[in-house]
Amino acid sequence: MKLEHPKAVFPTQDYTRVPYWLYHDRDVYALEQERIFKGPTWCYAALEAEIPNPGDFRTCYIGETPVIVNRAQDGAVHAMVNRCAHRGALVRRETRGNAKEHICVYHKWCYRLDGSLQGLPFRRGLKGQGGMSAEFKLEEHGLQQLQVQVYSGVIFVSFRADVEPLERYLGPVFTGHLKRLFGKPIRILGYQRQRIHGNWKLYLENTRDTYHGSLLHEFQSTFGLSRITQTGGVTMDERHRHNLTWSKQGTDADAEFKALYSDNKVHDSQLRLTAPGIVKFDNEWGDGISLAICSLFPNCTIHQISNSLAARQVRTFGPDEFELVFTLFGYADDSPEKHEHRLLQANFVGPAGLVSMEDGEAIEITHRASAGERQACSVIEMGGGGPIPTKLEHRVNDTPCRGFWSYYAELMGMEPAGAVR
Amino acid sequence: MSIKEEMRDLLDEYAEYIDAERYDDWLTLFTEDSVYQVIPRENADQNLPASLIYCSSKNVLRDRIVSLVNANEYNPHYDRHIISGVRVTEEQNGAWHLAANYAVFQTNVEGQSKLFSVGRYADKVVRHDGRLLFREKRVTVDTFSVPSMLATPL
Repeated sequence: MKLEHPKAVFPTQDYTRVPYWLYHDRDVYALEQERIFKGPTWCYAALEAEIPNPGDFRTCYIGETPVIVNRAQDGAVHAMVNRCAHRGALVRRETRGNAKEHICVYHKWCYRLDGSLQGLPFRRGLKGQGGMSAEFKLEEHGLQQLQVQVYSGVIFVSFRADVEPLERYLGPVFTGHLKRLFGKPIRILGYQRQRIHGNWKLYLENTRDTYHGSLLHEFQSTFGLSRITQTGGVTMDERHRHNLTWSKQGTDADAEFKALYSDNKVHDSQLRLTAPGIVKFDNEWGDGISLAICSLFPNCTIHQISNSLAARQVRTFGPDEFELVFTLFGYADDSPEKHEHRLLQANFVGPAGLVSMEDGEAIEITHRASAGERQACSVIEMGGGGPIPTKLEHRVNDTPCRGFWSYYAELMGMEPAGAVR
Repeated sequence: MSIKEEMRDLLDEYAEYIDAERYDDWLTLFTEDSVYQVIPRENADQNLPASLIYCSSKNVLRDRIVSLVNANEYNPHYDRHIISGVRVTEEQNGAWHLAANYAVFQTNVEGQSKLFSVGRYADKVVRHDGRLLFREKRVTVDTFSVPSMLATPL
């Protein structure tokens, strides 16, 4: 068993090689739940705008652990494991709602909105018989509570009391980006969900592999939404766990793009739009950035693709399957035309996305072809190897994938001797 | 032929064209001002406006088909539509409400079939030059956690 030699998992110190069995191994998956999703990390849980009123709740999954996020009567946001402290049943089965308390259907144990146990039927028994023992203390049997911190209306949770403060965990680039996107009240537009038959780490790599975008997603490159000839780059935090890939529409010439792609024998697209309004970009943030894929370790991607905005959450189902939950949003002050434009640009994203449906297929064919492989490794060398920079002014790289693996290896106790961080 | 039989014919033609990948023929079943929309049931239940696919005119729908055929890379598969429970109600202005349940099975290139999607159509149909056409096709998807991806139309 390879996990018995964790320091020998990665054959290179700079994570240019990743063994395929890491995507398929059940013991690795179990360890990830403990060390990553329940580790010293902040996981994205929900947006504050989803639970605006006291009593509002949403259920989600951190890794594979069910979680309730709700707003208490005093306005505070709480998060707790959605598993009854009695016999382990799911307490809340709905995805959303408003409630004064959470009651488990099985034996009607009742929890307050802060997760503490309020009471349970027949605690004192019936006519002096039965009931819980006199020593049973309600305060010792609440739902497992998580750490909660909110930044710019984005709710993050952690299973660890000793986790570093959220603001430091995110770092200035990513707090800055959240302020950019959540600088004014948002409006929830709806959800999209996608079940992908592949390992969740393939998705985290996908959002950090900056150069696949203009090769795999032909719609995107053809219509200039994002292509590699545009001004753009990648920025990571100091620890290289998060990544922001960005680009600016209209900073390259069509001729330059076409010549480069034709020289590289990529595609020579004959695509023409009869309704070109869909690709129109409104520079509403004033910085010209028309694409920003913000990947926050370990379970979150917040995208801006033109004027389409969404937070994506990764939920795992074993090593071979995960779900992506897209929460699409706009701004509360969007004009009717702007609102309609965002609904139209929702066509770009999600399981039916004109510029994203390929990701699901890329992940599934990678997962399928690498099953059962115990020796071979994937190659991550676009942009070179060696130390991992925090910033690159181009997107001809997949360097942020190495950043992801370096932090993954640290949390998993898999850093080889002399490893880069 | 009764209007109900005509509607049943329209739905059968609709299914046949998608399942045979005859998308150009499929497009002829829509009026120029038609709306084609695929809505996750959880959004419909919460009155949230976002869709999985939203073609606000036939041109947007045409572009999606052009992209599907020429640009998008998706899972190679065969579709098979099963449509039942057809209900027709007449509107006052000469249009009809057409509702039906659908199920789509997908079969991959290795011959494995799976239930891909179930849901309900809620359509508006008009008669144009003697032919029934969709002016609205709203597909509410019960299977809103989409398996793998949604490339070909429902």
